[in-house]
Amino acid sequence: MVKSKSAYSTPTKIGKLDTHIIVVWVDNEASVLSRVVGLFSGRGYNIESLAVAEVDSKKNLSRITIVTTGTPEVIEQIILQLKKLVPVHKVGNFKREDKKVIFKEMALLKVAGNPGKIKKALNACKKCNPVILDQTNKSAVIQITALKKEIDNVTKNLKILGLVSVSRTGAVAMTRGAEIFN
Amino acid sequence: MAKLYSGAEIVFKCLEDQNVEHIFGYPGGAVLPIYDELKNHPSIKHILVRHEQGAGHAAEGYARSTGKPGVVLVTSGPGATNVVTALTDAYMDSVPLVCISGQVPTHLIGTDAFQECDTTGITRPCTKHNWLVKDINDLPRIMHEAFEVATTGRPGPVLVDIPKDIQFAKAKYFMPKKEKKLKEKSPNRFNQKDIDQLVDLMKKASRPVFYTGGGVINSGPKASEFLRELVSLTGFPITSTLQGLGAYPGDDNQFLGMLGMHGTYEANNAMHDCDLLINIGARFDDRITGKIDEFSPKSKKIHIDIDPSSINKIVKVDLSIVGDVSDVIKSTIRTLKKKNLNLEKSNKQKISKWWQQIQKWRTKQSLNFINSDIVIKPQHAVQRLYELTKNQDTFITTEVGQHQMWAAQHYKFNKPNRWMTSGGLGTMGYGLPAAVGVQVAHPNKLVVDIAGEASILMTMQEISTAVQYNLPIKIFILNNQYMGMVRQWQELLHEKNYSESYSEALPDFVKLAEAYGCVGIRAENPGELDEKIEEMININKPVIFDCHVDQAENCYPMIPSGKPHNQMLLGPKDQEENKISVKGKALV
Repeated sequence: MVKSKSAYSTPTKIGKLDTHIIVVWVDNEASVLSRVVGLFSGRGYNIESLAVAEVDSKKNLSRITIVTTGTPEVIEQIILQLKKLVPVHKVGNFKREDKKVIFKEMALLKVAGNPGKIKKALNACKKCNPVILDQTNKSAVIQITALKKEIDNVTKNLKILGLVSVSRTGAVAMTRGAEIFN
Repeated sequence: MAKLYSGAEIVFKCLEDQNVEHIFGYPGGAVLPIYDELKNHPSIKHILVRHEQGAGHAAEGYARSTGKPGVVLVTSGPGATNVVTALTDAYMDSVPLVCISGQVPTHLIGTDAFQECDTTGITRPCTKHNWLVKDINDLPRIMHEAFEVATTGRPGPVLVDIPKDIQFAKAKYFMPKKEKKLKEKSPNRFNQKDIDQLVDLMKKASRPVFYTGGGVINSGPKASEFLRELVSLTGFPITSTLQGLGAYPGDDNQFLGMLGMHGTYEANNAMHDCDLLINIGARFDDRITGKIDEFSPKSKKIHIDIDPSSINKIVKVDLSIVGDVSDVIKSTIRTLKKKNLNLEKSNKQKISKWWQQIQKWRTKQSLNFINSDIVIKPQHAVQRLYELTKNQDTFITTEVGQHQMWAAQHYKFNKPNRWMTSGGLGTMGYGLPAAVGVQVAHPNKLVVDIAGEASILMTMQEISTAVQYNLPIKIFILNNQYMGMVRQWQELLHEKNYSESYSEALPDFVKLAEAYGCVGIRAENPGELDEKIEEMININKPVIFDCHVDQAENCYPMIPSGKPHNQMLLGPKDQEENKISVKGKALV
């Protein structure tokens, strides 16, 4: 091994990476998203997907859902750092495998081709709650809602069936049952 | 109807209500309305700096020596970008600063107007929070919130960006009511159970050590008093980070000196071999821990910090106590006294072996150096400065580099808030403007900037500020004509390839001092050193002291890159003694 000449320490072994969904309730004010996203980029954390919208116009609250990967230590840091931001009210953290939580992503798919192909495409979307939003003789816009992996699969399968355009959202999350997250 | 005030008036009304006495700043187009208003507020004194970075560092020196927030006032564009280094410095070292910047009028924002920049965008990563004021009615609330954010929890810098039209616009002024926020506000999140656990671990420990940091200083002078009581009550050894110096008396027998990359042999070995490590207000910085995998491998670790995100960030700890250091220590002392009246004695017996071991390490005298009577050794210069100034309440600032480490090693601090140095960011050029700020806050105290000749040139212009306001700061330059720390690393790590670390064409500092209207003194040999230092102390004007020191001196002891605490590089004496064993040289 080459001897390190750095006066900084050398990186040590990296732990197992987990995928987490982090939910952040923030004041809906200018630049709040860039504070959250800037924290991630500035500290070298990943963002796999991001969804954000106002959820309470009276209280002026937005809900940001971030899918990220990291070691348990990194995930803990992300949450603690987020809590330090002034406009952040609370932070939720769920593992992707968590059975108590529902995750959903949405995609709009545009398929172009003859009616036969479109029918096949629609069929391929069957498991993903497809809704036809627009249809012509030569095209269709299909809305699906599912998990990330399922949408990945569908878009892969649709490639040969005339998929011409994809628009996807980040994941949003909600706990099952009556209880709400505090 | 309530009286309407202009934005500029509101700024000053807020400053008055926050009991601000001094602001450090530099005028410019986008803050002219605020500068125009200055004359109507005689309780607030403005210190005109020569560069906005200087304003930031001066405010830092002011804040660190008083415990009050420092206030900075700059214009838009270059004014704001120039202050970024100081904001980042304050962010890294947890110094409360409130920076007010002018901005181009709201209707010009985003048009690349003259002296426009995205100030809140640029300063977002280096402030605790910042605000762009787009509505005059928000200004009073934002101004007061700025002070609150800067000074509560873990302190830090904030910035309020005020467009020029907002400074002219009128609104009512009000003191915001203390409203309850959704977020929990108290920094104390510990309970008696945590304290009991801490006391229990302390009771069981046979090789304990306190590792204290800047958090103790930030917690206020009371925290230092409690710390002293706790240390004497337990009989445990204590070591401090660079930022924590002064919280515990530097000349006390229980104090092991500073730890870390240039810390003492006994402090670092105690950290490595201890069975209980009690971190109070420090953050396991990489200059402290060395190689993380081998950091203090045998110890139970306790971390007391006001910032929850400091816990388990670098080092996983066994017990974390989130709270204000002062409150945590107070509860601990109370519990100790209530529960274990004789802990003091039983502990002392239990840890006597540990103290014997520490005494053994101490005999290494790791801060020793080979003195000379021909050339001034930099360590000797700092020692003489200490001896000749210790009889008075002296404030020391530093720049960054070898001189900074020698100052930390050889100047013994007995009180908190007497030591101002850029630790986290390591900003060369910090010390001179910081000294200006310290002297503004303490006009009758001795303020010395222990400096290097390379660092000082980065913010040299601020000596002009010192002259303007009759601030008798003393700039004590350890002049070795090299960027000493860079040169040292090049010697040790880059086969003595001294790439660009030698400063040719240095100014004549004595003449420079005279040109600025202050006093220049030069010392070139050890014989004249004391006399000249005394001369410097007795001059009631700013002084630039050009102390020519040994060019080749290295700063020891040193933990080399990626090494654990018990593998230190000691000074030349020790290296000579161990000549036979090559391994011994590096590993000791």
